[in-house]
Amino acid sequence: MKTGDQTLNEILDLAAAHFRVPKEKLSPDDDFFKTLGIDSLQTLDLLTKLENHFRVELPDYELQGVSDFRTLAGKIQARL
Amino acid sequence: MTESKVHEAASAANAKRACEGSGLSWTFADGVIELALHRAPCNELGSASLEELEVFVTALESLQSEAHALIIYSDMKPGFCAGADLRELYQRSQAMEKLEAARGVRDFLERIHRVLNLIDASPLTTIAAVHGVTFGGGFELALACDLIIADKMARFCFPELRLGLIPGFGGIPRLKRDLGNAVVRDLLLTGRSFNASKAQQVGLVSQVVGEGEALRAARATAAQIRKFDHATVAAAKNFIKPIPYDELRREIDLFCELFSQPAVEAGLRRFVESTDAQPYLP
Repeated sequence: MKTGDQTLNEILDLAAAHFRVPKEKLSPDDDFFKTLGIDSLQTLDLLTKLENHFRVELPDYELQGVSDFRTLAGKIQARL
Repeated sequence: MTESKVHEAASAANAKRACEGSGLSWTFADGVIELALHRAPCNELGSASLEELEVFVTALESLQSEAHALIIYSDMKPGFCAGADLRELYQRSQAMEKLEAARGVRDFLERIHRVLNLIDASPLTTIAAVHGVTFGGGFELALACDLIIADKMARFCFPELRLGLIPGFGGIPRLKRDLGNAVVRDLLLTGRSFNASKAQQVGLVSQVVGEGEALRAARATAAQIRKFDHATVAAAKNFIKPIPYDELRREIDLFCELFSQPAVEAGLRRFVESTDAQPYLP
């Protein structure tokens, strides 16, 4: 079982690679919409990447209001 | 577009066995018709797309005696199709009297149902090769096809309840035909999206392939189908795939009934005016 920190770190790795942003520019409490500069369709891409990587289902409504990597990691961790 | 103009355009397109439209194009080669969607940003289905689809299905009826497969795919990066053009729907309904807007919606639905019913009932084997966003009307277009081949980044969703509506392009009757009722309720009542793996798990998607591989896999599938006798394939399809015409009619009626409710106008306005990064979320 991954720890919360491992999950968070993997999310940052995935986001950096998928949106071609240097990982050092991302921090756990960043608003990922602003930091990654992503729109609604790209947000869905990120959701799919995360579900495929962690092999979990993340219902969209559970992510409503979630905008930082740390809270996102918590939502994923709860489904691992 | 009038019916005669549709036939005229289709005949002209058929003569060259390919057509390059502003929002979609098709080619016919080696027994396979390929319909590519390419309207920015993500193939939203509005009046212009519908006119082109009408031209396409008229040409399809002429070509299908020589063809064995139809592949529908998107050239747009965000996905297969984000569904109905809600901005156009909102703007048109604002510019009209309520009764006129309601008539316009019913007419649009009748026309898009005719298009999707012809694809659904085509004797060809029809394949939707999807990636990315496959939402609402885009999902319904895919559901009219016999097989859905999805790249692993595809997502499927019916977000219509968020607008105070139900899917209006035949989605519920076709989902009910293809899947268990519990899955239909999950998709419809929660408005959540399924990824490709989940969609395959519930029986919606026949193959999940790597990113950017859906069209290649669809072409390989079309090549396999070509080995079989055309008439036998058509007979098998006709036997196994009933078209739920009665439910499709009732869906149009229910959609139109809901469309007249004030919640819809508010929902459409919220969507059109939204600057939220997640406007698809209910």
